[in-house]
Amino acid sequence: MWHLGWVSVHQISFVLNGTTVERSVGPETLVADLLRDDIGLTGTKIGCSIGVCGACSILVDGALMSGCLLLAIMVDGKSVTTIEGIAPSEDELSPLQDAFIRKGGFQCGICTSGQIIAATALLAQNAKPNREEIKEWMMGNLCRCTGYYKIIDSIEAAAGIVRENV
Amino acid sequence: MKTFDYSAAASIDEALAAIEEYGDELEFIAGGTSLVLMMQQGLVQPSKVIGLGQIKELRGIKRSANGGLEVGAMTTHRQLETSPEAFAYAAALPQSLGVIATIRVRNQATLGGNLVHADPAQDPPPVLIALDALVDVVSTGGGARAIPMEEFFTDFFETALGENELVRSVRIPPMPAGSRLAYKKFLPRTEDDYATVAVAVRLGVEPDGTCKDIRIGLGALAVTPLRARAVEQALLGQKLTEKAIKEAAALVRDEVDPLEDVRGSAKYKREMARVWTERTIASLAKPIA
Repeated sequence: MWHLGWVSVHQISFVLNGTTVERSVGPETLVADLLRDDIGLTGTKIGCSIGVCGACSILVDGALMSGCLLLAIMVDGKSVTTIEGIAPSEDELSPLQDAFIRKGGFQCGICTSGQIIAATALLAQNAKPNREEIKEWMMGNLCRCTGYYKIIDSIEAAAGIVRENV
Repeated sequence: MKTFDYSAAASIDEALAAIEEYGDELEFIAGGTSLVLMMQQGLVQPSKVIGLGQIKELRGIKRSANGGLEVGAMTTHRQLETSPEAFAYAAALPQSLGVIATIRVRNQATLGGNLVHADPAQDPPPVLIALDALVDVVSTGGGARAIPMEEFFTDFFETALGENELVRSVRIPPMPAGSRLAYKKFLPRTEDDYATVAVAVRLGVEPDGTCKDIRIGLGALAVTPLRARAVEQALLGQKLTEKAIKEAAALVRDEVDPLEDVRGSAKYKREMARVWTERTIASLAKPIA
């Protein structure tokens, strides 16, 4: 026989930045809102709210997704990484975070956590992307300050790519 | 967003049983890229939502014994884009998935969700029409049927899927010997935009240049994706000269019925349909050496 448990508040459990968290959520709760308003991790930004701008980029089981297009119940049992989980320790930045600082990979900063999360996903599957591959991968992360060249420079620097004729 | 009751189905049978019990009150959620947006905007307000993400029977990409391809409805665009089986079938198939929206959308959105959403500007439908694909559907009471891709879309955001049916997979028949696939979309605004015009062509050419196989799917050129039958008929059995392709491609103008929108007037899109149909056919028209 068939038993679907209909409940209006769901207990979900997922691994957030390496630590298991349990939360009660309404089915309509978006992951971006759960992270920011309930859990208090405000590094994940909300820009367009329609999956276009990339400010709410997160990793779900390592795959790059939009926190504003995912219901919290859809990450039940999964592993979620946000910008707060990228650095290896309190005292150390990830190579991408470090490169964005060194190369000036941001201006106002609202898109930066999304840019770094997206680039983290890129380097995880392509350690030495060429400039075209970086552009293609990053095209869904908008920077309204238009700091794209320095964002690409930052990703190249983090990947240890030294360009000549700059 | 208006709240709703949610449950995750563990099997196709559970999902179908939910249709029997709740009918119109119910929406299935696949990747969520379209449904979450529509729920946020209040365009869809289901009282019950069932997640399909845990149903293993709806996942996976298989190469069939005869050389065809079967793609589970819950396969993500990215999984198909990076699938060795899809690449072995025809390199242009995974490539056509790789030009959809952004990597985030492709990681989340599913093929079944894409078809059921039935936005006429989406990319997979024209490609699947060109490949003569079938939509495998299961229904309550143990029924099953296969709907030809070109008959699946019935109107603007409307499909032939019955209220008691669920898409299980997409079946793509073997590529005819010597045929190839190409997909081109015209993106005058941004790379992640919906196409202004999209053309998919499957074409087979004899060593002497005669067209032995042709199927053309069109996207963003009417309230549904289309098949360009008049262009196909004009070229099948003919020598694929530059002139023949040009003349046949001009016939597409009478097959399309584009909607005017921010991407251009109906007249402009009709002309672009001609241009991109000609280019896409021409890109495949040389016989394989």
